Amino acid sequence: MRALDRKLYRTLWQIKGQVFAVAVVVACGVAVFIMALTALRALQDSRDAFYDAGRFADVFAHLKRAPDAVARRIAEIPGVQVAETRILADAALDVPGLEEPAIGRMVSLPPAGRPILNEVIVRRGRLPAAGSGDEVAVAEAFARAHAFSIGDRVSAILNGRKRTLTVVGIVLSPEYVYSVAPGMLMPDDRRFGVLWMDEKALAAAFDLDGAFNDILLRLRRDAAAAEVIARLDQIIEPFGGRGAYARKDQISHALLTGELDQLRALSRMIPPVFLGIAAFLLYVMVSRLVTVERQQIGLLKACGYRNGAIATHYLELTLAVLLVGIAGGIAGGLWLGRELTEIYGRFYHFPALYYRPVPWVIATASAIAVMAGAAAALAATARVARLPPATAMQPAAPPVYNDILPGLLGRLTQPSRIVIRNILRWPLRSSLTTLGIALAVATIVSSSFGFDAVERMIQISFFTAQRFDVMLTYVEPKTGAVANEVARLPGVQAVEPFRAVAVRLRHGHRAELSQITGLREDGALRRIVTADFRAVPPPRHGLLVSPKLAENLGVVPGDDVSVEIMEGRRRTLSLPIAGVVEEYLGTPAYMEIEALGRAIGEPGQVSGSFLRIDPLAEPALFARLKEIPNVATVAVKAATVRSFRDTMAESMSIMLTFYIAFGGVIGLGVLYNSARIALSERARELATLRVLGFTRFEVSYILLGELALLTIAALPLGCVLGYGWAWGIVQAFESDMFVIPLVIERATYGTAIATVLAAAVLAGFLVRRNVDRLDMVGVLKTME
Amino acid sequence: MSAETVLPREPVFVARGLTKVYRTGETEVHALRGVDLDLAPGEMVLLLGPSGSGKSTLLNILGGLDRPTSGTVSFRGTDTTALPDAALTEFRRRHVGFVFQFYNLIPSLTAVENVALVTEIADSPMKPAEALALVGLGDRLNHFPAQLSGGEQQRVAVARAVAKRPEILLCDEPTGALDSRTGVVVLEAIEAANRELGATTVVITHNSVIAGMADRVLAFRDGHVVEERRNAARRPPAELSW
Ligand SMILES: Nc1ncnc2c1ncn2[C@@H]1O[C@H](COP(=O)(O)OP(=O)(O)OP(=O)(O)O)[C@@H](O)[C@H]1O
Ligand SMILES: [Mg+2]
Repeated sequence: MRALDRKLYRTLWQIKGQVFAVAVVVACGVAVFIMALTALRALQDSRDAFYDAGRFADVFAHLKRAPDAVARRIAEIPGVQVAETRILADAALDVPGLEEPAIGRMVSLPPAGRPILNEVIVRRGRLPAAGSGDEVAVAEAFARAHAFSIGDRVSAILNGRKRTLTVVGIVLSPEYVYSVAPGMLMPDDRRFGVLWMDEKALAAAFDLDGAFNDILLRLRRDAAAAEVIARLDQIIEPFGGRGAYARKDQISHALLTGELDQLRALSRMIPPVFLGIAAFLLYVMVSRLVTVERQQIGLLKACGYRNGAIATHYLELTLAVLLVGIAGGIAGGLWLGRELTEIYGRFYHFPALYYRPVPWVIATASAIAVMAGAAAALAATARVARLPPATAMQPAAPPVYNDILPGLLGRLTQPSRIVIRNILRWPLRSSLTTLGIALAVATIVSSSFGFDAVERMIQISFFTAQRFDVMLTYVEPKTGAVANEVARLPGVQAVEPFRAVAVRLRHGHRAELSQITGLREDGALRRIVTADFRAVPPPRHGLLVSPKLAENLGVVPGDDVSVEIMEGRRRTLSLPIAGVVEEYLGTPAYMEIEALGRAIGEPGQVSGSFLRIDPLAEPALFARLKEIPNVATVAVKAATVRSFRDTMAESMSIMLTFYIAFGGVIGLGVLYNSARIALSERARELATLRVLGFTRFEVSYILLGELALLTIAALPLGCVLGYGWAWGIVQAFESDMFVIPLVIERATYGTAIATVLAAAVLAGFLVRRNVDRLDMVGVLKTME
Repeated sequence: MSAETVLPREPVFVARGLTKVYRTGETEVHALRGVDLDLAPGEMVLLLGPSGSGKSTLLNILGGLDRPTSGTVSFRGTDTTALPDAALTEFRRRHVGFVFQFYNLIPSLTAVENVALVTEIADSPMKPAEALALVGLGDRLNHFPAQLSGGEQQRVAVARAVAKRPEILLCDEPTGALDSRTGVVVLEAIEAANRELGATTVVITHNSVIAGMADRVLAFRDGHVVEERRNAARRPPAELSW
């Protein structure tokens, strides 16, 4: 081995603490990058394979009722490769073991058995036999939530008639990879399930013999989707068409795509921070080393070592650190990626998850890390490598420094003066250290704020806006008399009706499918809320819209939108935007219920009711609701909130733990490194002070006081940075489906600050041990 | 005696009008104030002079470690002061062996590794262990500088310089920290390099006793050569003592 290489290994061993600290930061950056992008790739691969195998449709449309003959006309639309009709309806389910009714999405299976599009994959059992009236195949998620086995029974109210269905198969469908009840963001597999049934039986139940109410299209490669959708809308319009949409607006696909986008955003936002910090740490580390070894460098040059050889030496040292970090990062990233994919697998139902290490992702992560580190090392080495050897062999003159705070310094003790001077003497390094610590705080703030955002969503949506306990929807819009019936059910304390109408809103050339909900002006069970938690009454003239709807349509309050009612007489009217309300999910619009009834020409009709109930009467009420023919779906708010929280806890807390750990690692890495470097720079000075009779505590104070000051300065900065970063995440994570409120609670800042302070204490403790072991004789003997 | 030693040979080094001014802020230090010097091949020259008189500065310039403020140094006809950095590095690597006043060992390398550091990039070096044996450190090969005394460190530095079998050997106080007996061992190693390899040798010293072993002695003061003396015959180091 060459002598220079030996020096390399010995130096690495000497500064192993720093090497480890930097390597861990590098590893975190590499790991997050690999984790996000391999999980992304796994989900994409799994999705594509599933979509392919299940022939996932390109265009979707729902309508009221069209005779089968219409299907031929649809199939003839230019660009359509396959058109398949089916029946799709929601029903209230009575599942053994579940007190309240669940929502069942009933999907028909063609007489031939398997559908051509959105084919289901049988996991267990079989599909319902042709002509069987009471056999169903159940989506795996629902089956798992209720531990269904083949032969189990479920009751369903199909179009007002109660039927007992037998589970004959457990299946997966590309259409329900992410299976959420209508209007929900989070899956609730106990209370929402998809059931496949023979078409004939379903047609008979819903009075759709010789007719269909849902259509799927597969397009040719060269088809213009927008045109096909327009033609399809024309054809189904007379049959109560609800507006066709492309795959990108299909709920499961859209939410899955949103998730993939988030992973991509993650891979762009987090790793640069880690690698930036790693580069900074390497820069400081190598700079320090080069300064310490300045005279050795001079000697090497005097002996005829070329500048390149010297730069290479330090580059190799850096590469060794990077290598350790990259190796750890690859191992960690692949492990985390697999775990993350598995977690996704709990929410996204694929027949198989294809996780594998993706070579280019690993190569890119390594290359970026190497480039960042090498740039840092070169920057640090360049200065000394260029010095003439005679100069390099002399100790460096201390940096020129002006006491800018002579008045203040005059009143401090000597050790405190040394602390302040050192901060001011290396202003760039001090500020970069502060920035590094601040980024540790920011990492935690910006990743934990997701919890605050979700809590805000829950507060606004489920408590301020939705004050009901139960929401019912009826099979068909009913007259107000139904509401009176509901009021007489056991335990019902208050009832308020609502009307929901499917609409297409247009503004300029933009169009958006939406639903207007009509609410009572004096309603207390379902309110519309603004950002400051204030309830506003539904407008009699005009619409209140969600921020996402306003954004997608490009409207501000006062603008007129064209409202195409997609039910009943299908009127088109013009309504002004009355305001924008605090709604995070989807694109809803609100209006006063009677005004809405008049506008659509169906006054007095209600789609459902909100109930306030006596909790003690719950079992009796739920039992009755399961029997009432007119009730299509029952949503129990408390259960929804619980499930929402559970889902969030499951999906977010693991990630959150990681991010807090990441923040801690950054903090520890920056602080430990700074402390070690300060120690190596000042070992002689500190040892001299010890020789002169200063105590260990005083000496430690000089060393750690500087870091303590920088840390304290970094905390508020980190909170501000964290807020800005959270803002960036909100922008990046926003999808067509929802917005994320930017709220950060004090506790979140508190956690971040506490974590970084803990890291600071740990770093101080680790270095303090070295101070205590300071070898007074040894330090004074070695020459610098 | 061959004809060559009789005829005046072309000098290895020709230095003319060397000055060196160090500027630190407002103050200027004139370390060299016009030095003219010729060094013949294989010659051994001693530089004597008080502290701060510019001896190290001159040696650094001769060895291509530093550039003069004005004046020229030509090495076998090439003006080294005009060479670019890379060429100067080549010059040091191929031709020059240094013993530094402050030893300048690499603390993280053992004695033998410190020597190997130089032999690895030399054309026809000795074995590092051999060079260390020459200075009486054959049994301390694997000690780190921190485990060696000041004098032992100085001897490692001498071993490092002679191990590459240099054409030019520049020694800055090679016996400064040594007692008379060890000093002699070191001087013998230098003398051997000078005699057997024909290395042109410049030795800086405060110790005028050593003067006897040189071909020529230059007295230095305030950045000038103030006196030049030629020894009729060189005394072997073994006869010296202080
Ligand atoms: N980098 C420098 N900056 C400023 N002045 C310097 C520098 N290097 C040397 N000097 C000054 O130049 C003068 C000559 O220094 P030099 O090291 O050549 O002396 P020397 O003869 O070797 O002395 P000694 O016997 O003490 O080693 C001294 O006054 C010294 O202070
Ligand atoms: Mg000197």
